[in-house]
Amino acid sequence: MASTSVRAEFPQPGVAPPAPKPASRIRSLGLPMSFLAPALVLLGVWILYPAIATVIRSLFDDQGNQFVWFDNYDRMFSDSIIYKAIRNNVIWILVAPIMVTALGLSFAVLVERISWASFFKIILFMPLAISLFAVGVIWRIMYQQDPDQGAINAGVKVVHDAFKSTGVLPRAQPSSNALTPQFKLKQPLSAGGVALLGLTGISPGDVPAGAKQAVKPASASGAISGVVWRDFSPGGGKPGVVEKAELGIPGVTVAVSKNGKTVGTTKTADDGTFKVSGASGGGYEVQVAPATFAQPYGGVNWLSAKLVTPAIIAAFLWTSVGFAMVIIGAGLSAISRDVLEAARTDGATEFQVFRRVTVPLLMPVLTVVFVTQMIGVLKVFDLIYAIAPGSVQNDATTLAFEMWKRSFSGQNRFGFGAAIATFLMILFIPFLIYQVRSQRRAN
Amino acid sequence: MAVAEAEATRAAPRSETKGALAHRIAQFPIHFLLAFIALLWLIPAAGLFVTSILPKEVSGSTGWWHVFSKPSQVTWANYDSIFHNSAITHALWVTLLVRTGATFLPILIASPAGYALAWIDFPGRDYVFVTIVGLMVVPIQMALIPMFSLYNKLNLFDTIPGLILFHTAFALPFAIFLLRNFFAGIPRDLMEAARIDGATEWRLFFKVVLPLGLPAIAALAIFQVLFVWNDFLIGFTLAQDNVPIAPALAGQLRQFSANLDIIAPASFFSAVIPMTIFALFQRYFVQGLLAGSVK
Repeated sequence: MASTSVRAEFPQPGVAPPAPKPASRIRSLGLPMSFLAPALVLLGVWILYPAIATVIRSLFDDQGNQFVWFDNYDRMFSDSIIYKAIRNNVIWILVAPIMVTALGLSFAVLVERISWASFFKIILFMPLAISLFAVGVIWRIMYQQDPDQGAINAGVKVVHDAFKSTGVLPRAQPSSNALTPQFKLKQPLSAGGVALLGLTGISPGDVPAGAKQAVKPASASGAISGVVWRDFSPGGGKPGVVEKAELGIPGVTVAVSKNGKTVGTTKTADDGTFKVSGASGGGYEVQVAPATFAQPYGGVNWLSAKLVTPAIIAAFLWTSVGFAMVIIGAGLSAISRDVLEAARTDGATEFQVFRRVTVPLLMPVLTVVFVTQMIGVLKVFDLIYAIAPGSVQNDATTLAFEMWKRSFSGQNRFGFGAAIATFLMILFIPFLIYQVRSQRRAN
Repeated sequence: MAVAEAEATRAAPRSETKGALAHRIAQFPIHFLLAFIALLWLIPAAGLFVTSILPKEVSGSTGWWHVFSKPSQVTWANYDSIFHNSAITHALWVTLLVRTGATFLPILIASPAGYALAWIDFPGRDYVFVTIVGLMVVPIQMALIPMFSLYNKLNLFDTIPGLILFHTAFALPFAIFLLRNFFAGIPRDLMEAARIDGATEWRLFFKVVLPLGLPAIAALAIFQVLFVWNDFLIGFTLAQDNVPIAPALAGQLRQFSANLDIIAPASFFSAVIPMTIFALFQRYFVQGLLAGSVK
């Protein structure tokens, strides 16, 4: 009757219900144990026992036969890879939780102003439903170095190419020694001279579209003319001579200079010819501009020793920001509108309201998100395994990863691994105290 | 006067629409920024999906976005071949079994425990609860080495019950914490009334607490589905042939580009199921998250 109308509610964010005062009579332990026994057995055998056993194991050698005191810890702190792991742990702890919290907070505040907030939230929250291993695969695809394969470098290339373009002929060579390796004609020309700028090393696929049979231009008075062509025909041909079936190369920039000063630059036509007028006298130097041979952009090596940890952290942000945003958003909606309105009426700007009212009121929620992330960051394993290629695993490693690697990847160094695990556990103790305290406070 | 009044009433809504328009224009950068962020969040997952439907020769050598200029390359052949790959199908089967077991078992064990910690008085109750809260922080790494040798001795290594029990144990602290706090919120009068009527504790648990606790149990179930599916480390360390999907794919990573035709579809397929469950039961999930982590 009455009981059907009573509904239990989830506790409001920020308040956990206090434990109801227990009934006064103390019952025998038999009854509560019938409720608790399975849980206590599992917790005891699977968590408590191994945690203690790991600490003891860390005082034995790798085979577990000999008690070696703190030798494993000694070896651990003189191991350069462990130092890298600790350094990476410090980077993770300093960077990831604060960024997740800050981004989560900004998105939670911004998303309140749009009509499609729930759609935005689902998109950002979705990665949390993907296993970290699959997230690693996703980002490994994103981080491929070749801009033609990795989406991030493809984006970087677009920006890069806006400022610096790839040359028409990234791999060409001079065809004869009439040209210097810098593609400059060795003999300066006089007005009316004709420059023959033959190139080889151009694969048929690299010849720009629209190229026609090369033509040796006639001498033009008061001008420097010439031709840039692929000095190679199927039979081989003679170097330095324009022959049949040899293609002109269009779109090549040619610079004509005198006494080190540029007189004119021009682009070659479809048959490879060019002409720079306004020449008189001699001493004109002709050069194919270096930009013609600029290498295509090779992409940033995101998974290199230096960048791999930031790259993995970015992937971690992708999975975690949605979680932070939703939790902080719930805290935000619990803040009374009146308080915010009062601040606005008093003439506070939006930013002042955010800094002086919203953030202080959200502090408990922000702390929870921050601490949760710190705990999560210390445990990260799958992401590192999936993203870092074998060659940079030692540069991406953390204590949680190194513990597994020394113990289980075929190394079987169980004493050493147990020492790392124990050290890791010590790092968790502040969080353990925090958890216990906040639960105590709630009670 | 009448004219002025009429004008005033006509003018008012006009200025309001003007204000709304100005407001909309002022909002434009926010819409733009958030749309850009949403796109940024979608691209990586979209990349995995598109990669998964490209033939091996294409996905190994060119970026997935090229498919938009050559849509004819799309093929379901990769999915066809992973479903005919016995190693992958076995791993998916193991994942399903472990996930089902490791979803129900923690609920089965944690609900009575949560009830006892919330409503049955016994000496040392608070210490037990605080210890369990503390265990929430213990990392899996802390248990791996002793459990590895124990599993070998007990013949639990590489078995599905072994994986389920390990997952269950590590799920319990959070599960008990969540359920205990939820059960503790049940009105005291209701419990007392039932006790005066002579109901036993077990009867109270089944007839009153469990039905009222369903929302929290649902949240917990979704958590477990996602977290167990998420697991890599436990399956990777404590199983060899009976491994779930993520550890089964680990070996393929060495030749990443060359094996994309297996890695991408299997990863995507393994993500689709938890994503669907998440999308369907999102409300419970968020509620549970809030109840569990915001104190």
